[in-house]
Amino acid sequence: MPQTVLFVGTRKGCFILESDESRRDWKARGPFCEGWPIYHAVHDPDSGTIYAAAASEWHGAGVWRSPDLGETWELSSEGLAYDDGAGGGELKISKVSTLSAAHGRVLAGAESAGLFESRDGAETWSLKSTLDGQPGRTRWNDPANQPPGHLGLSAIMPHPDDASRFWAIVQGFGIFETTDDGESWTPRNKGLRADWPLEEPEVGYCVHKLVMSPVDNDRMYQQNHVGMHRSDDGGQSWVEITDGLPTEFGFAAAVHPHDRDTFYVIPLDPGHGRCMPDGKAAVWRTKDAGESWERLDKGLPQTDAYLGVLREGMAIDGYETPGLYFGTSTGQVFASADEGDSWKEIASYLPDIWSVEVATIE
Amino acid sequence: MADVHLPPTLPPLFTGLPRRVEIEAATTGEAIDRLDEQWPGLRDRLCEPGPVLRRHINLYVDGERAGLDAPLEARSRLDVIAAISGG
Repeated sequence: MPQTVLFVGTRKGCFILESDESRRDWKARGPFCEGWPIYHAVHDPDSGTIYAAAASEWHGAGVWRSPDLGETWELSSEGLAYDDGAGGGELKISKVSTLSAAHGRVLAGAESAGLFESRDGAETWSLKSTLDGQPGRTRWNDPANQPPGHLGLSAIMPHPDDASRFWAIVQGFGIFETTDDGESWTPRNKGLRADWPLEEPEVGYCVHKLVMSPVDNDRMYQQNHVGMHRSDDGGQSWVEITDGLPTEFGFAAAVHPHDRDTFYVIPLDPGHGRCMPDGKAAVWRTKDAGESWERLDKGLPQTDAYLGVLREGMAIDGYETPGLYFGTSTGQVFASADEGDSWKEIASYLPDIWSVEVATIE
Repeated sequence: MADVHLPPTLPPLFTGLPRRVEIEAATTGEAIDRLDEQWPGLRDRLCEPGPVLRRHINLYVDGERAGLDAPLEARSRLDVIAAISGG
């Protein structure tokens, strides 16, 4: 019987939650990674290794790896640095923000914005790109332009079949696509909305989360700082699909594994609070590619539930009836085994959750 | 041999690394280099590229705040301190 495993990155280490195919009962293990802040923990289905992006206030940034589902862990940051020449010599790594394990390698997005690659299972790293020459590149590392939290390369989305093609998000600037393994890049933000002046029309968009349909790789969705958006042409152009949602703001998003028209988001108040509106927890689903939205809250708290969910905080599994999972900034994990129709709290008292990923392991 | 005292957050990261190590080194920076030779990657946990000490790591030689170029005597005590902060 397959095992369903969640990898939960928190402010105080990585946790693993395990269940079976029914996804009814869960057991938690952890904290792992010596309690280091874990920004994104992922599982490589080919090697079975867990990788966890980390940054300690004291000991710097690195990537933890576990080849045995959390029994043993090792940390490395060898090569995870901008040398004197790279990126004009002004860049420093404050954290590893995101990871992508696919096609026999691991890619890491860092802050300051840069892309690193490991081909030996995260033992050593090399700088792949700082997107030099792209519009906005001279501004996104300028200290004067840094918002709270600073700007980094916050997400990497691989193409399932083509290792040389992938997408990267630079915070506050938008999506960039490469089709030649990072040698060159193209901004992919056409049609996005910005409620602020743009210095260059191709960039300046605040993309929070980008997902691709596994059944139609041209179908993408994104949760943006201002609105939800859909692309039907592999990210070359975008249309807004916010109408029908309670707010235009949020971080997390998930796409259905078998239906390209079904997509999930968690709208949040867009102000400083950035919690679920009115203290009532809900996930929202469209089954028609954004034409209409439905509120999913059965089993979720509806009183005083001021929950936040961050960009990597929601995941969906690949079962015939998919399960959804989200982790909150206050340490709860909620799970649905029926595509979001009903929910159950499966962990209540973890540290602040920054990422949730799911794997099905035979 | 300098008597090097390490913070409790370091030994869990490196197999066999004790809290207290005796190191033959002429300077504090050299002591960290020797530790890095024995436990590869240790320097990265204490220093940023440069190398410069990480913001929340401090060195003390015989009780005096020191940088990476401070001389070590044969019986010096080098304390590597991770700042008391966080929550």
